[in-house]
Amino acid sequence: MSDPILRVEGISKGFPGVQALQDVHLEVHSGEVLVLVGENGAGKSTLMKILSGIYTRDEGTITFEGQEVELTSPLQAQQLGITIIHQELNLMPDLTVAQNIYIGREPTSALLLSERRLNRQTAELLQRLHIDLNPRRLVGELTVAEQQMVEIAKALSFNAKVLIMDEPTSALTDSEVETLFVLIEQLKASGTGIVYISHRMDELRRLADRVSVLRDGRYIGSLEKSEISVPKIIEMMVGRVIDEGTRPEAREHLGDPVVLDVQGLTTKTLLKDVSFQLHKGEILGFAGLMGAGRTETARAIIGADPRDGGVIQVGGRAARISQPADAVKLGLGYLSEDRKRLGLMLEQSVTFNTVLASLDSYANGIGWMGDSKAKQRTKEYVQQLRVKTPSVNQVVKLLSGGNQQKVVIAKWLMRDCDILIFDEPTRGIDVGAKEEIYRLMQQLADAGKSIIVISSELPEILRVANRIAVFANGRITGTLRNEEASQEKIMQLAAHGEED
Amino acid sequence: MSTPEQSGSTTTVIQQAVNENTDKRDTRAFLKRQVQQSLAFGTLVVLLIFFSLASPNFFTFSNIASVLLSTAVIGILALGTTFVIITGGIDLSLGTGMALCSVMTGVFITNMGLPVWIGVIGGIATGVLMGLINGFNVTFLRLPPFIATLAMMMIAGGLALVISGVAPIYFSTSAPDFKRIALGAIIPGIPNAVLITAVLAIIAFLVLSKTLLGRYTFAIGSNEEATRLSGVNTRRWTIFVYMFAGAFTGIAGVVIASRLDSAQPQIGTGYELQAIAAVIIGGTSLLGGRGSIIGTVIGALIMSVLVNGLSILSIQTEWRNIVVGVVVLLAVFLDSLRNRQRT
Repeated sequence: MSDPILRVEGISKGFPGVQALQDVHLEVHSGEVLVLVGENGAGKSTLMKILSGIYTRDEGTITFEGQEVELTSPLQAQQLGITIIHQELNLMPDLTVAQNIYIGREPTSALLLSERRLNRQTAELLQRLHIDLNPRRLVGELTVAEQQMVEIAKALSFNAKVLIMDEPTSALTDSEVETLFVLIEQLKASGTGIVYISHRMDELRRLADRVSVLRDGRYIGSLEKSEISVPKIIEMMVGRVIDEGTRPEAREHLGDPVVLDVQGLTTKTLLKDVSFQLHKGEILGFAGLMGAGRTETARAIIGADPRDGGVIQVGGRAARISQPADAVKLGLGYLSEDRKRLGLMLEQSVTFNTVLASLDSYANGIGWMGDSKAKQRTKEYVQQLRVKTPSVNQVVKLLSGGNQQKVVIAKWLMRDCDILIFDEPTRGIDVGAKEEIYRLMQQLADAGKSIIVISSELPEILRVANRIAVFANGRITGTLRNEEASQEKIMQLAAHGEED
Repeated sequence: MSTPEQSGSTTTVIQQAVNENTDKRDTRAFLKRQVQQSLAFGTLVVLLIFFSLASPNFFTFSNIASVLLSTAVIGILALGTTFVIITGGIDLSLGTGMALCSVMTGVFITNMGLPVWIGVIGGIATGVLMGLINGFNVTFLRLPPFIATLAMMMIAGGLALVISGVAPIYFSTSAPDFKRIALGAIIPGIPNAVLITAVLAIIAFLVLSKTLLGRYTFAIGSNEEATRLSGVNTRRWTIFVYMFAGAFTGIAGVVIASRLDSAQPQIGTGYELQAIAAVIIGGTSLLGGRGSIIGTVIGALIMSVLVNGLSILSIQTEWRNIVVGVVVLLAVFLDSLRNRQRT
């Protein structure tokens, strides 16, 4: 085989507290599609950010067209010929297609912009790429797929020799995906090297010339086209010997009363016919990849986002939930995955945050606050949950991640919520504190609370959940009892559920 | 996994270290906050000393009383709008809204011949109604507060002119005692307007620090979405905040009408910006989530002390606005410094 156009050797990158990449290798050849796979948090994004000049590496070498290079900024990487297309597109909706593609490089004549030359130049580029778009259209009026075409055209207007695409199909419909694949085939034929990041096994089989696998920031290996098989890739992604560790005590909850019954939950944006039942004292896990619909399900249930269809019953009665306040009244508490942005007021005290959901119960008829009672009750919860804080007046910003999470838990316990939805409960929490949060969840379930836990970490789901519902593309593709679940089985359901 | 005792002791040790560290940071943050708070107060004291030394006519009982009287209307407006600004909003309709409330009071008392107390309540109710509309537009129609209240500013200003027929409405014959609301002196030597402002300041202080409304005001300004997800009906509480501030606008309208013994339809323009300036000088953050009534009182006093002091030093009126402008710049600059430290 010819020399690779881009070769990455021994790349490492650490952030405070995390080693994101450790001795990673990668090779891309001209005219091939390399599919890069790995679980959430395996280090794919970090690697791509290094290759596009956003992060600088700690160690390792990058060789491009036979020359060792330093990538210092996105612009410099682009000029060299390495371009990334991010999952979130970076386009200006109020500018035209042509203006977007040549932003910062507008053709001028005598200091004036020449819109005519700009449009002609763009039309030529689009024609060369067989993209059927009018250069004068506003990008905001285009579909997501068309916007992606604009991004690709922009990348190639820099004469990109290596094009990195980060989950490009996540927002596309099936026919749009087909158009994208045709374009990728063309680019391949014209000699562009493509790095394609994806979770989806069907795409991988369709596109890949080679597959490279990352796991926990390490390079696991690569498979040539002839060697590619889905079970093998999943095995490499998950790893054989990850500590399967402790599992919750096998306990049958299916005989217990149903506290939350969701049937046919549908939203305009993503969810299709999501149905499940949560039993009293049960911990139900929501597994799946990012964007599969787990958080969206939680938000739709509590009325944070609009629903388009579906019936929700709480405690056997039809529930009318149109805003989070309704859900809270019915005893549903949602602990957001984005604790710092959606769960806490970082500038406020432990007391303020703990009592926020139950403030009205501390106020008398005219709204006068009983502050000492609120503080007293907060202290009780701080002790009960063992929140480590010098005092209840401490600003929560200064607490550790685990203790911040406990403050959020305290908030919902104080409000007397019986159904708790934990969204990524241990994100940003260090290993020791994680186990404490797991035990706390188990204690709450034993005390009769019912819990939904959303997690992208398979070991975590297997550690705490009695049953696991696996999401893919806005649907539940399967539900497993803990005893029958394994990381491989969950991954198979999560990767579209059609590979058996 | 390690045994529970082991992991317990390691976390305790780490936690102790962290706690010591956070204690230190906490103290420093606390001091920083105190410095910011006392900065406005210090400025006020420095101004008082400076003008007292510069002119013997400044620190006299009658002049201080007149400084306080001139603080009254702006002060009342500023007290109400402190709540709106802490929620992260802004209210530009204060000034012309106040004029409309004055005019309505005049209409009730002079044109319709109703008793004074009905006129007063009618004026305040007008302010509350404007607050309700502002709040509705901000929450249900999701208009940015700047736009919603800019529109209300123009509408209220126009209505004040239309309803009054572009002429002042006088109280001297219809209700000769009306002017005593602001200018009488229950406490000898101190105009009632000052007393009213002081009482309102205490009420605003208690509401902001001791009631549900105050708590939600801070919560919405700190993080509206987190508040909503905590099961708080944030729309309803935001509307309450605008209505509460509207009541203050109404009271300011009554007070200024009483002081001038007439409802002047064209008076309000520019008051909203002075009130907002007072709130900002007092250290309330335009980004929301942070602020105090004490700060607003100090901010309003700084503005009227500046204006009064400069006029006693016979500095031309034109220069007074320039000085106040510079003070606002300095105050906002300090606010932005504080926010930079926050991130």
